[in-house]
Amino acid sequence: MSKTFLPSRLIGRGFTYLTAILIVLWILIPIYLITVAAFTPREMIYDFPKELVPKVFSTDTMRFFLGAYKVLESFRNSVIVAIISVVLSITIGAPAGYALARYAFRGKDVYSIAILSTRAFPVVILSIPLAVTFIRWGMYDSVFSVALLHVAMALPTTILVTSSVFLGVSRELEEAAMTLGCSHLQAVLRVVLPLSLPGLAASAIFTFVLSWNEVFAATILTLFNRTLPALLIVQIDQSPIAYRFAGGFFILIPAVVFMFFIRKYLFTLWGITLK
Amino acid sequence: MNPKRMKLEPYLLLLPSTIYLVLFFAWPMIQAFSLAFQTDDGQLTLSHIQRMLNDAAFSEAILTTIKFIILIIPIQFILALVMALLMMEHLRGSNFLVYIYAIPLAVSDLAAGIIWFSIFTERGYLNSFLSALGLIDKPFIFLNYTTPWPIVAVVLAEVWRATSIVFVILVAGLQSIPRDYTEAAEVFGANYLARIRHVILPMLKPSIQVALILRTLLAVQVFAVVLALAGRGVKVLAAEAYRWHGEYRNPHMAAAYAMFILAISLITALFYLRALRSTEQSVL
Repeated sequence: MSKTFLPSRLIGRGFTYLTAILIVLWILIPIYLITVAAFTPREMIYDFPKELVPKVFSTDTMRFFLGAYKVLESFRNSVIVAIISVVLSITIGAPAGYALARYAFRGKDVYSIAILSTRAFPVVILSIPLAVTFIRWGMYDSVFSVALLHVAMALPTTILVTSSVFLGVSRELEEAAMTLGCSHLQAVLRVVLPLSLPGLAASAIFTFVLSWNEVFAATILTLFNRTLPALLIVQIDQSPIAYRFAGGFFILIPAVVFMFFIRKYLFTLWGITLK
Repeated sequence: MNPKRMKLEPYLLLLPSTIYLVLFFAWPMIQAFSLAFQTDDGQLTLSHIQRMLNDAAFSEAILTTIKFIILIIPIQFILALVMALLMMEHLRGSNFLVYIYAIPLAVSDLAAGIIWFSIFTERGYLNSFLSALGLIDKPFIFLNYTTPWPIVAVVLAEVWRATSIVFVILVAGLQSIPRDYTEAAEVFGANYLARIRHVILPMLKPSIQVALILRTLLAVQVFAVVLALAGRGVKVLAAEAYRWHGEYRNPHMAAAYAMFILAISLITALFYLRALRSTEQSVL
């Protein structure tokens, strides 16, 4: 390419930008369309042909969805499940991540490989045997049970991500704190944790999104205490399309917003399988 | 700090996660096994598996899954490779590009299904667009499961949603290729396509392997996209497991389906690991 003349290089460059922009449109247009659909007045939702650029903006459809039977309750359940999942996966996963980052010990490789290989297992199918167990234990149809499975799904990633976050905090600082009189625990709490906070937050957001989005296990493990995706999917055939459009938009938005906050950690969070 | 405590610390730190994964990962896996291969009173049996194999929905679900794998994965890999190579071009605004390209990572399969439903439904955006172009005068029913259109819709929704994960894995892989290699190839007169074919793709092999495993596993478990777009017209394995559990109240059959999903996932993972490793050795 570098040997070609300037005009053809310019054309090549133009073509590269054009491709990049076309892919941006491919990703953004469907998001734009569901947004338009969710803010179309309810009486216009069956109109054909639909306006690709809407003339009327209305929160009618969204209000209809949020006011529908059990929607707010399921929304609350989704948030609770996601918060429990975040708290549990960080408190259980971060210590393991710290151990992998800071210590050399026997069995470290076995542990790391075991954690990595959990990815070859379709974790959601565990919800079927777990449903049987939870019924036996009297824990079926509770937000806590759903969270327990979401933690099982998020834990391997949390361990690997927190381990790479702790690796990024210099060991010298931790040791300096200890020579200055901190105990090891104090050094971790006062020096390592504050420095790794952004990375831990990214890991927490990852788990939140995973839990917020998860539908299969949530549907299997609940009956009346549905999370929002579970509520949407069990009645997807019967619900009016206004309900579906608004629901789709509503579960989409937090994901897009959260993605913005963790964009710096993209490759740590999703590219980590390479190690 | 005494040396003995030093030794114990990492194990104590790993203990909670190990216990957790044994309780909520390994143990249910064993439970799934016994549900699928045992009767209610604990006798070993193949009857659930046999019943699943004879289920009409089963062969249909397998066929659909194979169609998805064949159609989705090649499109995804080509698109993801193009997206990843664009990142290497140091375009202006490439930070913005990465964010946009990564958005679908956070989109759930259910949301993606609903989004594409708004496009493909009878009075949806695709028909509106075609009508604005004057190509149709009344809406065409795409999501009619006697036609191949619902499959097309699911394929597009999956390509839209899940190409980003392949993209991220490939970019991470591309960044680890030293610049000297491609520059050397360029000096020796290799054009852009030749450089991709003979330098970049071989070096990307480990990333491609990871992405292939991940994508195939996800394709085998596909669930909410299909339900949102095609309802019950298109049958897939996970939806059958869900149906046996939720509607027919038969955990044995649900577990049989789950075990089947598990089995093909592990077999595919092993297959890819072997296949890609042996080609690598033959190159060396």
